[in-house]
Amino acid sequence: MKIFVMAKKVLTSLCARPATFRYPLVPKTYYKNTRGSITIDINRCIYCGMCQRKCPAQAILVTKADKEWKIDRLRCVSCGYCVELCPVKCLSMKNTYSASTQIREEEAFRRA
Amino acid sequence: MNSPKRTIIPFGPQHPVLPEPIHLDLVVEDEKVIEAIPSLGFIHRGLERLVEKRDFIDFVYVAERICGICSFIHGLTYCIAIEEIMQIEVPKRANYLRLIWSELSRIHSHLLWLGLMADGFGFEALFMHTWRLREKILDIIEETTGGRIIFGSAKIGGVRKDISSEKLAQILEKLKNYAQEIREITNVFINDSSVKHRLVGVGVLSKEDAYILGAVGPTLRASGVGLDTRKLGYAAYKEIDFEPIIETAGDSYSRCLVRIREIFQSIEIIKQAAGKIEPGAIEVKVTGTPNGEFFARTEQPRGEVIYYAKADGSRFLQRLRVRTPTFANVPAMVKLLPGCQLADVPILVLTIDPCISCTER
Ligand code: SF4
Ligand code: SF4
Repeated sequence: MKIFVMAKKVLTSLCARPATFRYPLVPKTYYKNTRGSITIDINRCIYCGMCQRKCPAQAILVTKADKEWKIDRLRCVSCGYCVELCPVKCLSMKNTYSASTQIREEEAFRRA
Repeated sequence: MNSPKRTIIPFGPQHPVLPEPIHLDLVVEDEKVIEAIPSLGFIHRGLERLVEKRDFIDFVYVAERICGICSFIHGLTYCIAIEEIMQIEVPKRANYLRLIWSELSRIHSHLLWLGLMADGFGFEALFMHTWRLREKILDIIEETTGGRIIFGSAKIGGVRKDISSEKLAQILEKLKNYAQEIREITNVFINDSSVKHRLVGVGVLSKEDAYILGAVGPTLRASGVGLDTRKLGYAAYKEIDFEPIIETAGDSYSRCLVRIREIFQSIEIIKQAAGKIEPGAIEVKVTGTPNGEFFARTEQPRGEVIYYAKADGSRFLQRLRVRTPTFANVPAMVKLLPGCQLADVPILVLTIDPCISCTER
């Protein structure tokens, strides 16, 4: 019967630096691949609606008449499928997450 | 003499040890459980039906989101089902990458379970350390696929991302170091007397019961039945040399041991795969639509998952049925409970590694 098997680990962790870091004082480093949030270069968008049709979460709304591209950030699951499909490659995936919000509001982009 | 009075104690759907809702009516005499009556169905999401409204290629994303822990293998199994129907030959490199990610997800899932277990019996320091180590595995996953839990790298016809050989060497190096740290922590589960006190001899599932009740995964292997779906040789498993891990006692301690040993086995398998992987294409182009049906079976961290897909030549499948491992393990769990002490119920429910969201889909 062994007791205090954990004791050594506990003692070393007491003297060691914490395993966590003080976010947001210490910024988090993201990987190049990290799927964070979607951005659009709206001036290149041709409003074909491909992204809206294929989005698994139905987070995108494209209105051709108004030249408007909308995304519901709380719906988007950051899968990156729209980026893959967009025929003119105007969508891209940032490796940082979108800021937290309290209200559910679609973010709209319009051609300038 | 009167027999002691029976009481029914409700357990769940909200309970501190349960990350997800399942409800049990526990019939108890004093502190002893006589019978457990489960009820499921709190979080049914109707994902299987969604297959009729989503293009079969896009559905991979939905399949991946059936479970938040074994997500990659869900996506993979769906892809295998469709690939078999359409008779697509997946490139060798893609198969190896699929294997590597499957094993990484097994390691992280087992570490998660060990942590939950430690939390379940109130050993908070152990819980934190196990999850600290899991975080490092998640970092590897995020670095290679872009997601921490939802990999998003499985795709019909191959995989989406590649791992360069330098990266693979780095991963192996990291895993070698982590293996040592993981060993330090898992030794606590294996040797510490207070932990053993909670696990040894508790909730014994005999070999016959495990087999007849159709238990799968570590729950089955801890009772001495050496069935492991990876042995079917999907992805690149046919070229890997490994044996299913078996314990014979069938108690909670054995289920814990099986998972611990599987962590190290997975590291070993990744090492083997890294030695055998060859450069080449990672995907083939998919054209046409599926027509036919197929049963795909793979091994998830929790056991065998079955995907049945039926297609009629259109872009939408007719039917998709998912039999998840927890669903198969629920009868075994109900069998474990009678005769145990009320205080052991949370631990026993945890030992089958319940994943309720995927059970109810
Ligand atoms: S797919 Fe690309 S071009 Fe088409 S609407 Fe979406 S963002 Fe615009
Ligand atoms: S990343 Fe995925 S969920 Fe988000 S908008 Fe694009 S397709 Fe939709």
